[in-house]
Amino acid sequence: MKKIYNNPVGESKYTGLIFVMPFVTGFILFGIYPFAMSFILSFTDSGINSSAEFIGIENFRRLLNDSDFHKAVAVTLKYILMLVPLKLIVSLGTALLLNMNIKGMGFFRTVYYIPSILGSNIAIVIMWSFLFTSGGLVNQVLEKLGIMPVSWYGESTPAMFMIVLLRVWEFGSTMIIFLSALNDIPRELYDSARVDGAGKIRTFFSITLPMLRNVIFFNLVMQSITAFQEFNAPFMITGGNPMKGTYTVSMLIYDEAFRYYDTGYANAVSWVLFTMTALFVAVLFRITRKLRSDDI
Amino acid sequence: MKYIRKILIYIILSAGGIFMLYPVLWLIGASFKSNSEIFSSVWFMPENFDFTPYINGWKTSGTYTMGHYFLNTFKIVIPRVIFSVISSTVTAYGFAMYDFPFKKIIFGCLMCMLFIPQTVMLLPSYIMWDFFGVLDTYIPLILPSLFANEGMFVFMLVQFFKSVPREIGEASRIDGCGAFKRLLFIYVPCIKPAVISVAVFVFLWTMNEFIQPLMYISSVEKYPLTLALRMSSDSTGQGYEYNKIIAMSVIGLIPSVSVFALAQKYFIQDITAGGLK
Repeated sequence: MKKIYNNPVGESKYTGLIFVMPFVTGFILFGIYPFAMSFILSFTDSGINSSAEFIGIENFRRLLNDSDFHKAVAVTLKYILMLVPLKLIVSLGTALLLNMNIKGMGFFRTVYYIPSILGSNIAIVIMWSFLFTSGGLVNQVLEKLGIMPVSWYGESTPAMFMIVLLRVWEFGSTMIIFLSALNDIPRELYDSARVDGAGKIRTFFSITLPMLRNVIFFNLVMQSITAFQEFNAPFMITGGNPMKGTYTVSMLIYDEAFRYYDTGYANAVSWVLFTMTALFVAVLFRITRKLRSDDI
Repeated sequence: MKYIRKILIYIILSAGGIFMLYPVLWLIGASFKSNSEIFSSVWFMPENFDFTPYINGWKTSGTYTMGHYFLNTFKIVIPRVIFSVISSTVTAYGFAMYDFPFKKIIFGCLMCMLFIPQTVMLLPSYIMWDFFGVLDTYIPLILPSLFANEGMFVFMLVQFFKSVPREIGEASRIDGCGAFKRLLFIYVPCIKPAVISVAVFVFLWTMNEFIQPLMYISSVEKYPLTLALRMSSDSTGQGYEYNKIIAMSVIGLIPSVSVFALAQKYFIQDITAGGLK
């Protein structure tokens, strides 16, 4: 059967194709090509000497015994587990507060959104590293409050927490997505709940949360993907220290490629990172299947 | 009772707001402080305003002034904003308005791009640009934006295009308006806020971009602002001239803050209203 294209009268079925051509070209050049190339290179020793030799699964075998890589995976997973839940809770909580119909909300929205605008700027990352030095603002405040100052750079968990805090601080864009979803919940649902005598907490769990489940899932997936690739903050603030306690997989890839010029191995690591991300997302899809509605 | 609740919410929001903004205030204040004062007071206001950190910061410790790095950054940012806006709009228009062969597959590719970690792409892209002999130029940073490489924006614009009533387009078509003309004079004005949001986002992201310039740009002469800042914070070894680095950072934030302030009106409201549907 011939497919019928639903276009305005007199338009060719190829008009649309012409419009999306920039994307298609770009997708082949900067999407498929590097993606496939990376896969091929991961089976070579490219980079060490100028000509790349095919070495089979040697790079992947090396991965299995590379303790730096194991550590980096553990660090990255720990980072994700610390960051993502915290960031989602903070964003959702703030979005709920900002969704109330009170004067001056526009102002507060802007205030809470500003850090996410500046957040990934190197200037802010440098500032963050100053805030947490041994005599920096954070320790001064802790001291004023009578709490023992923390050696943020000395141990791996505080060092990682410092980076997590930076990323939580820039929760603005996640919050905006929650806010727009909250806006879309029909008022009638709340009205009828009130008529039925449901309290605030009951309403939250029976209406707000279920209506938000797709957006929560979307944010969860997007934040996890970003967290898997964290590079800037540990690179700038801690340099992966102390004792590689904040040395993420992306930093390992960067070092292998641009410090040791071992592109073959670096590509193998990036493919493992990609597979891990995909698996992680697939698992998320699976365990939340019952909780989500079907249209995502 | 209702009053108390209201006041409580304001208190919580204000406390949160202080937590959000104080680091930035402190950063601005610290840029006027002496190095010893930075580490001795929690209060952001400096005892007296000293502009020497700014003067020294602008000169930097290297060969070039901050002005030079600003210029470099704009050489990347401005073409990229223009190219991204044009290519994303045209692509989104095609997806939103027309039906064509392989549409589903192509749109699927677009969604895929959102989910593929950029890290996987970085190295082969680097090798590709090396092959073309354009490393240490701005081409690898700018050229991809000609091809609607930010799927997020295309996706967003598609939603906005679909919200424009179809009759408006039909009417102009009957009046003899061609497909491109229709896009430019009928549809784009209708979704102006969304287009502006895309421009602002590209601007902010490109200003902040770090890992790509770090890979592609190797000569200091061509460093954008982000790399220059990193270089100076490294070369002083987090050492004695804190206020100078902080002053440079504050200068570095000015473009982003001003663009955000100018576009704020469009930004938050519209994304809240139309964003993710």
